[in-house]
Amino acid sequence: MKKFLALGLTAALSLSLLAGCGTPSDPSGSSDPGGSDPGTAANGSVYYLNFKPEQDAQWQELAQIYTEETGVPVTVVTAASNTYEQTLTSEMAKDVPPTLFHINGLNGLLNWKDFCYDLTGSDILGELSSDSYALTEGDATLAVAMAVESYGLIVNKTLLAEAGYTVEDIQSFDDLKAVAEDITARSGELGFAAFSSAGMDSSSDWRFQTHLANLPIYFEYEDKGVTSTDAIEGTYLDNYKAIFDLYINNATCEPAVLSSMTGDDSRNEFLAGEAVFFQNGSWEYANLVGDGLFTDNDLAMIPIYIGVGDEANQGLCTGTENYWAVNASADPEDIQATLDFMYWCVTSETGTNAMCGGEGAMPSGGTGMGFVIPFNGGLEPTNLFMKQNDEYTAAGKTPVRWDFTTIPSQTWKNDLSSALTAYAAGTGDWDGVVSAFVDNWASEYAMLGA
Amino acid sequence: MEKAIKRFWPVFVIPTFAAFAIGFIWPFLQGLYLSFCRFITIDTAQWNGIQNYIYALTEESFLHSFWFTALFTVVSTICINVAAFAIALALTRGIKGTNVFRSVFFMPNLIGGIVLGYIWNILLNCVLTLLGKPLLSLHAPYGFIGLLILMCWQQIGYMMIIYIAGLQSIPNDYLEAARIDGASDRQILWRIKIPNVMPSITICMFLSLTNGFKLFDQNLALTNGEPGHLTEMLALNIYNTFYGRSGPSWRGYGQAKAVIFCVLVVVISVIQLRATRSKEVQQ
Repeated sequence: MKKFLALGLTAALSLSLLAGCGTPSDPSGSSDPGGSDPGTAANGSVYYLNFKPEQDAQWQELAQIYTEETGVPVTVVTAASNTYEQTLTSEMAKDVPPTLFHINGLNGLLNWKDFCYDLTGSDILGELSSDSYALTEGDATLAVAMAVESYGLIVNKTLLAEAGYTVEDIQSFDDLKAVAEDITARSGELGFAAFSSAGMDSSSDWRFQTHLANLPIYFEYEDKGVTSTDAIEGTYLDNYKAIFDLYINNATCEPAVLSSMTGDDSRNEFLAGEAVFFQNGSWEYANLVGDGLFTDNDLAMIPIYIGVGDEANQGLCTGTENYWAVNASADPEDIQATLDFMYWCVTSETGTNAMCGGEGAMPSGGTGMGFVIPFNGGLEPTNLFMKQNDEYTAAGKTPVRWDFTTIPSQTWKNDLSSALTAYAAGTGDWDGVVSAFVDNWASEYAMLGA
Repeated sequence: MEKAIKRFWPVFVIPTFAAFAIGFIWPFLQGLYLSFCRFITIDTAQWNGIQNYIYALTEESFLHSFWFTALFTVVSTICINVAAFAIALALTRGIKGTNVFRSVFFMPNLIGGIVLGYIWNILLNCVLTLLGKPLLSLHAPYGFIGLLILMCWQQIGYMMIIYIAGLQSIPNDYLEAARIDGASDRQILWRIKIPNVMPSITICMFLSLTNGFKLFDQNLALTNGEPGHLTEMLALNIYNTFYGRSGPSWRGYGQAKAVIFCVLVVVISVIQLRATRSKEVQQ
């Protein structure tokens, strides 16, 4: 008897071992409240692999409401911060792959275009407010933007006033330089610096190797009348150098220590009132006003002037890197269910409120996602910086496109970041940056086709 | 008892073997296959022949990573083992507080590599700032030394424990007999202690060699390959190839590099095991 017991236990153990090695949990089990109710539901289901961890709660709630309204099961899984590509790769190989996923512009499209369902003729595409918010290849529309964002120089207006200036005093790069250098000259007396640290740690370097680099790229494209190139000339790299020098020489810290400064460092300096300017985007809004340290009256966002083009009519850098794509390899029913879900999100009252609203916009009373969505049904922004973007546009200023989506690869960005860091610390020179910008662009573009 | 084992061996072997096959052999074979493919997800792989290997073996940064890793492995293996053995010798002499010391030396090994990497990153950068030198991620030699310090700090304690066990298992008769015959401390060390702890040396060399070669977490957290890929070791290079780039070719290149890497680690450890095994003595 004992022997059989032992045998049974061993068998049970081995079974559980094997089970542990099997496919990790089926996503449809995790947060699917309704299950499929064959009486009322359509046959499809939606599995959304969400990119933004900070909006997970809102998506879960929205999914539940949609399921209650329509009976279509919606599963939302959110990838942990900075692991979206890895998560997507492994999820796509599963038996139940995501039906709705994110790609981050042209580079993401390169990886995933075979998986992108052609949205041509779909309802959601009809709702898109401008064609420029769709990612296309040939005649096919493979992805649509789901949120539009702006970035620029965030200004602490209170400190700027203490230094004796107002936002209106800064209308060009020369103005910005004069104000920044004046603040640096009087920093002992004022007690704060002009710019928060331009950290080159990977949590912060994208502000310079991608967002700041966008300006010389944009102006070069404008000159040539193109929207992408396989060989950048670096016409405006001297201006890039000038603005970067301005950042690092008028900051809260020495240029030599920038390699270890993080995004949090930079934000905390700004929150603590140690710096007047902070280069970042509308996504920082919640972080800045969240703790009650700032209100809308304290903050403003101004364009990043680099001394090129018509500065009097330059607006914020506005665009998107968040695209929705529908998985072409999913079952046709699931694809239809996913398209319906997307359409509902950007047209229904509940959906648009949740996506665009701020405080109390969720049906449960929670804070909405605060996006500006590029769809006809989008609501007025609640985000101060996005409101300002609208004001700039209304005043006739031209937003700067996000041309950094045409940067050939992440490697290009990382190598530029290394070169900038070495330049700031004095262990490298500006030629290294120019080479990383111009030469790598060509070599990385050549490898894109490989 | 023996009869029972004969009858029930499948019960003990099959579950473990099945887990091994599912968790190791099958993925390994699949990985081998994928190293000859272009792919985004593993079920959409397209055969690509030996293109991936040709690319991997001619890529400059991969070759640089190889030499950097090889240099690091040699230096760290020597440093770790010499230091660990010296501490083990000191702590088997019966000085007061031996157990406290042993625990303290062992503790760093209990902390994960990523955490250690970030802690040492802060520590070393502070020191370098105070000295007015370029930071870790700006100067490759400092990055190398930083990695070395970190690895020594983490690994010495672990190797020390193995050496202590080896030293304690040397029969006291040998040592007493040697002393009576008038052998000096130096002679006892070289003629008796070291030959008798050869099995420990084998295992410690194996561990530090493979650890050095496969180093990833610490590399990622301490320098992240900066400046400009100069401190990028093989594992990090493979990771960056696989995830840092877009397009199906890169996954294949990364996979081919990973297979080459695996073969390298196996070959090097087999050579090392052979070399040290041959010096082991029977007690």
